[in-house]
Amino acid sequence: MYPHTDHHVDQPILDIQKLSVVYGTLPVLEQLTFHLHPGERVAVVGPNGAGKSTLFKVIAGVLIPSSGQVQVYGSIPGKHVCIAYIPQRTQVDWHFPVNVSDVVMMGRAAKMKPFSWPSRGDYQAVNRALDIVEMRSLADRQISELSGGQQQRMFIARALAQEAELILMDEPLSGLDNPAQDSVLSILETLHQKGVTVMVATHDLDQASRYFDRILLLNHRIIGFGTPKEVLTTERLLHAFGGRLKIVDANGDTVTLDDSCCHGGDE
Amino acid sequence: MEAVISFFVQPFSYAFMQRGLVASILVGVICAVVGTFIVLRGMAFFGDALAHTILPGVAVGYLVSGGARETLFWWALGTSVASSLGISAISKNKKIKEDTAIGIVFAGMFALGIALISTVRSYAVDLSHFLFGDVLGVTSKNLWTIGIFVVLIILVILAFYKEFLTVSFDPILATTLRMPVRWINTLLLVLVAITVAVSLQTVGVALMVAMLVTPAATATLLTNRLPKMMIIASSIAAASGLVGLFLSYYLSIASGAAVVLTCTLVFAVTWGIKSLRRKQIAL
Repeated sequence: MYPHTDHHVDQPILDIQKLSVVYGTLPVLEQLTFHLHPGERVAVVGPNGAGKSTLFKVIAGVLIPSSGQVQVYGSIPGKHVCIAYIPQRTQVDWHFPVNVSDVVMMGRAAKMKPFSWPSRGDYQAVNRALDIVEMRSLADRQISELSGGQQQRMFIARALAQEAELILMDEPLSGLDNPAQDSVLSILETLHQKGVTVMVATHDLDQASRYFDRILLLNHRIIGFGTPKEVLTTERLLHAFGGRLKIVDANGDTVTLDDSCCHGGDE
Repeated sequence: MEAVISFFVQPFSYAFMQRGLVASILVGVICAVVGTFIVLRGMAFFGDALAHTILPGVAVGYLVSGGARETLFWWALGTSVASSLGISAISKNKKIKEDTAIGIVFAGMFALGIALISTVRSYAVDLSHFLFGDVLGVTSKNLWTIGIFVVLIILVILAFYKEFLTVSFDPILATTLRMPVRWINTLLLVLVAITVAVSLQTVGVALMVAMLVTPAATATLLTNRLPKMMIIASSIAAASGLVGLFLSYYLSIASGAAVVLTCTLVFAVTWGIKSLRRKQIAL
């Protein structure tokens, strides 16, 4: 078991103060300040290169911020094992010799004793997690043989096996067909009922406004943070996406289209 | 019937052949197990380089001891562990990429080794032992050393299996689980270094990379689970050790080369069958 501190439950699950990240001389995140309460569903929306992945990596404790601070339940992310980062699917080696339950079992590593192998309890936790994402029947499948939606659900199961309370998902819906997107979105609903806090990076403004409690509109700095209605205003969206956003007025309804594509790195 | 039996038994009626066989199998197994991580993480160049960086250490040991073979293992071990830590330290500097760091250390050390050995008059013979191995010259004391280190490496891999697996598949997950990622990576490099030192006498510097990657690469074609991959790779390497020594005995081929060629043949056949099957499926 790797060291991690107790949670101060009176503190917000995530508290970010004046967070800045600079790569070389290039500012990626500037002066971010916001906080989240347990159980919230937040969509992080912004163009490619807006700093969404960087923000997630800082929250996960993988990247050290240049200045400012990040606290999870009152202490730095590096002290917690309750934060799960789900990578973009393009960044995974799908030919690695593991099957679905092997990957989900990796989430248990922090709960196991040093030098030990999975116990019966660990296997049960893996099976429970696979049940929640409806992947139990695929437990023995090689990961290269999964569809996009199944890959995403497997990683959610891994976060559940990890007993994560804050799950960061980097573009989980991009490249998925509609049924697969729906299955992932319905699992997000399940996570919400379990009180898990979820942050999802997305390009899809429509989904962001329909399925999430709050939206963090990001382009290096925070353009807006609040309910979809408060944040998704034409003015703010233009500010965030600039010329890359087309705004179409169709019969009085404002339709916003983000024409920046969704694949590739977001640094 | 007796002729058949004697064909198989006769080579191993000699004690040096028996020791050679045990050494080949032990080294084959440990190279295959450690090699599985090398193949999965794309570290073949690191393994090859590490084998070459041993040379100056061995040369110094050779000069200091006046040619005694027994102490050379410890010189090899010290040098390979130091080189692996050196490469890992240099590549922490982000301006120099890891493969460049490996290239610098590798070539520099190898040149130093050749320079040192060339100061000895009988250098041609001994140099070829280091370069290509001398499995038939393995003493029983060597065998004990090899055996102890093989057991040690396997115990370490069993103890840190979940860490090695997680760090290799998803380093970000390992970080969020608060594993000491840098220590685990360094430990893996040190295991490769020990493996290389243990295998030096059997396969030699130049052919080491083949033992590290070929059986493991063959196993990746045959299974999708890591533990199975380790077992299949070990079996291929052990069988190649046996077959290679037969070939070496009856065809008078250098033993290290014979073992490596057997591994290569197994890979080629496996790859060929797999590609044909894939084509059939496609048709």
